[in-house]
Amino acid sequence: MAILDFSFLTSDAGVTLVRGMLVSLKVAGTALAVGLLWGTLLAVMRLSRWRALSWFSAVYVSLFRSVPLAMVLLGFYLVVPQILKAVLPGAAGMDTRMMSALVGFALFESAYYAEIMRAGIQSVPRAQFLAASALGMSNGQSMRLVVLPQAFRNMLPLLLTQLIVLFQDTSIVYVISLADFFTAAEGVGERDGRIEEMMVIAAAVYFIVCFVASRAVQRFAKREIH
Amino acid sequence: MGYTWNWHIFLQAASAKETYFDWLIAGLWSTLKMGVLAWLLAFALGSMLGVMRTLPQRAPRLIATAYVDLFRNIPLIVQLFLWYYLMPKCLPEGLRAWLFAQPPATSAFVTATIGLGFFTAARVCEQVRAGIQSLPPGMRNAALSLGFSLPQAYRHVLLPVAYRLIVPPMTSEMLSIFKNSSIAGTVGVLELFARSRQLNDYTAQPYESFIAVVIGYLLINSVVMLAMRMVEARSHLPGFMGAR
Repeated sequence: MAILDFSFLTSDAGVTLVRGMLVSLKVAGTALAVGLLWGTLLAVMRLSRWRALSWFSAVYVSLFRSVPLAMVLLGFYLVVPQILKAVLPGAAGMDTRMMSALVGFALFESAYYAEIMRAGIQSVPRAQFLAASALGMSNGQSMRLVVLPQAFRNMLPLLLTQLIVLFQDTSIVYVISLADFFTAAEGVGERDGRIEEMMVIAAAVYFIVCFVASRAVQRFAKREIH
Repeated sequence: MGYTWNWHIFLQAASAKETYFDWLIAGLWSTLKMGVLAWLLAFALGSMLGVMRTLPQRAPRLIATAYVDLFRNIPLIVQLFLWYYLMPKCLPEGLRAWLFAQPPATSAFVTATIGLGFFTAARVCEQVRAGIQSLPPGMRNAALSLGFSLPQAYRHVLLPVAYRLIVPPMTSEMLSIFKNSSIAGTVGVLELFARSRQLNDYTAQPYESFIAVVIGYLLINSVVMLAMRMVEARSHLPGFMGAR
């Protein structure tokens, strides 16, 4: 093809890209782990009888859901280094970009996971909770041992779909110049004056990963129903 | 460390004619314009694709499915970079000359708006498809047996009901399109998000710039929610639940 020419690629560029992909996976993995835990906690708080807790959770979720991820990352990039400096005197040498991205991303995704988990908890019949209480479980036990496992199973396809969205969203750490896969590809393209080719490569890689993953989720969801 | 808050910064002159507040408003305006224009494109294209996915013929269904797979599995930022760098090269000579004759901000705005519209069209398509598929199958058959042609059945029976059912998910797509327009800031569009970085660079008051822009996004969010609540109230069909 006349428009694109991939002959400029070297193994050096390949190493940069692989390193970038590892950063992307690290950010996505952390956001998944923290997002699931904190998101579930937020969902339980939202449905709690204590007004203060449910109010806090509602404000948290709607605030994070009204602001673009790029803004959230930028905000944490402004705040996190200051806090790190204040709390840990030896933090000067730390990778503040990575820290800000991890914290910002995890807190942002928690808001989305909270909404999914809330729907999941509400999808479990109330009788399950009452039956657990009748068996002598405390509120916390019924939630932890009876309701949440079922909520989690019901929502598994949605949680996995959200993971694919999350993986795509990691590319937005570009705004704070953290060298994830996308930023690395853009950097190589910028350096070699081959931005179009690098973007095509980035698009192809993201497409393959996300397409395969989403088809797997679809198949899995179908099997769950039948 | 100590940080000195200075909200008066927004009243100071940024250039001969503008204050920093004017920058903020210009960013807000640009975000609104991009969101609305991209939404119109996404709504038209997405509706067409959504209908295609529910047609009895195989070819249009395959095309629409391929479109959705392609546009949903590539991050928006990659798509916008492709639209910005690669698309102009593939254009016919006349159009390309026109695009490059525009000021850089305008050509960036045009490519990003088209990119955002095509990206969102895939999501609108899925909502429209879900809306049509959630209708009882008897509805389509009733229309056809009354002598409607297939296009007429869609135009007068299926789509009017389907659109009403999908107002809630379409509201969240609409909220997303304004949030997603922030990515256009990375390809040279001076919208709200880009303004927050610009304000930060020029005023050295990061927190004020950040908070002001967040308020801008919250404002857009509330306006969209209020507007869509009105649409929902006016278009609600008795006897139908919202589609999920």
